[in-house]
Amino acid sequence: MTTVDARGRSCPEPVILTKKAVELTQDPVQVMVDNHIAVENITRFAENSGLVIEVTPIGEDFQLLLKREK
Amino acid sequence: MNGHRKLLWMILTGLAVGTVSVLLVLQGNPKNMGFCIACFIRDTVGALGMHRAEAVQYVRPEVIGLVLGALIASLAGKEFSATGGSSPFTRFILGFFVMVGALMFLGCPLRMVLRIAGGDLNAVVGLAGFTIGILVGIFFLNRGFTLKRAYRQNKLEGLLFSGVQLALLIMLVVFPGVLLFSEKGPGSMRAPILLSLGAGLLVGILAQRTRLCMVGGIRDAVLFHDNYLLIGFLCVLAAALVGNLLTGNFHLGFVISAEAAQPIAHTDGLWNALGMVLVGFGSVLLGGCPLRQLILAGSGSGDSAVTVMGSAVGAAVCHNFGLASSGAGPTGAGKIAVVAGLVVTAAIALCNTRKTD
Repeated sequence: MTTVDARGRSCPEPVILTKKAVELTQDPVQVMVDNHIAVENITRFAENSGLVIEVTPIGEDFQLLLKREK
Repeated sequence: MNGHRKLLWMILTGLAVGTVSVLLVLQGNPKNMGFCIACFIRDTVGALGMHRAEAVQYVRPEVIGLVLGALIASLAGKEFSATGGSSPFTRFILGFFVMVGALMFLGCPLRMVLRIAGGDLNAVVGLAGFTIGILVGIFFLNRGFTLKRAYRQNKLEGLLFSGVQLALLIMLVVFPGVLLFSEKGPGSMRAPILLSLGAGLLVGILAQRTRLCMVGGIRDAVLFHDNYLLIGFLCVLAAALVGNLLTGNFHLGFVISAEAAQPIAHTDGLWNALGMVLVGFGSVLLGGCPLRQLILAGSGSGDSAVTVMGSAVGAAVCHNFGLASSGAGPTGAGKIAVVAGLVVTAAIALCNTRKTD
């Protein structure tokens, strides 16, 4: 599984990093971010791209898991 | 919030910003300047005596309200987060040159939209430049441009910028004698303090909730085919356009008549465009337009606070050294500064870009 650490990155870098990772693999992509804005932006990107997204808060950070729809 | 409700809030926010802007002009703000983050930071800097351009000195309560509104909304929404450390001085320099570009054009991206809504076609030329600047910025983003990550900081770091705004408000209301106030020119045109402050607070709260950003609108539409932020941009335009038509403040053209130019604008197309290229380019590298930087600063971002301070120093320098344009047009020194800004911004973009794959 590809993992992207986008914590602390300013808008829109988390989405760009996620987009690049998703384009390179068919496997699920795990993204770590540390703010609500990045969670929202990546969620919107996932919805627009037909990906399924799971958001799990971990401490002050968020773990996002993006998968292709079966 | 789910997608549809979010979109509805964004539409409402855009319409509110456009409407409030028209109202502020009716109540005394300069024409097409209900809000202008660049102009208002410049006015505030002038009120503190950091530049001596007598026509543009006034502590603008709108800016104070925007920051405090963002603080309130981010605390209430549990999104306040003190962060910083992402190339602060690079951000300061970028903020400086975004101001140089904005004062060449005579407006931040928000005022550019409001000028278009007033029929000012010079601002359409500005929009073309702005879009080019954003596209150049996106070119670097796609190649891995980053100012590196920010880190969590002590809560006080995130609160201090709002503290500064509170101090400015206290000075304005309680000790106005220590501040400078324009007696003529744009700085003398001002809506009542309470209205300006309330307008700022309202827009600050809404913009924090929805992430409204003028540069983000075009950027996300190009990068991700995501029109969420662009819809906010268009709603500001629509509401201000209707408001201006209803109140007789819409005058289509590059000039209003042979005698009258568009309000606080000049007609030099090349430099209107180049100024906004610099604003668009710099703002993409910073992650948001000047309005967004104020909102982020209120929400705890030390990096955005530093960016705003860069813009404030930029404004002081622009007026101390005759870089800012006026209704008469751009100045020679201003042109040199814009070219220097484009070179420095491009160098910053190049040096922070690394092929990621």
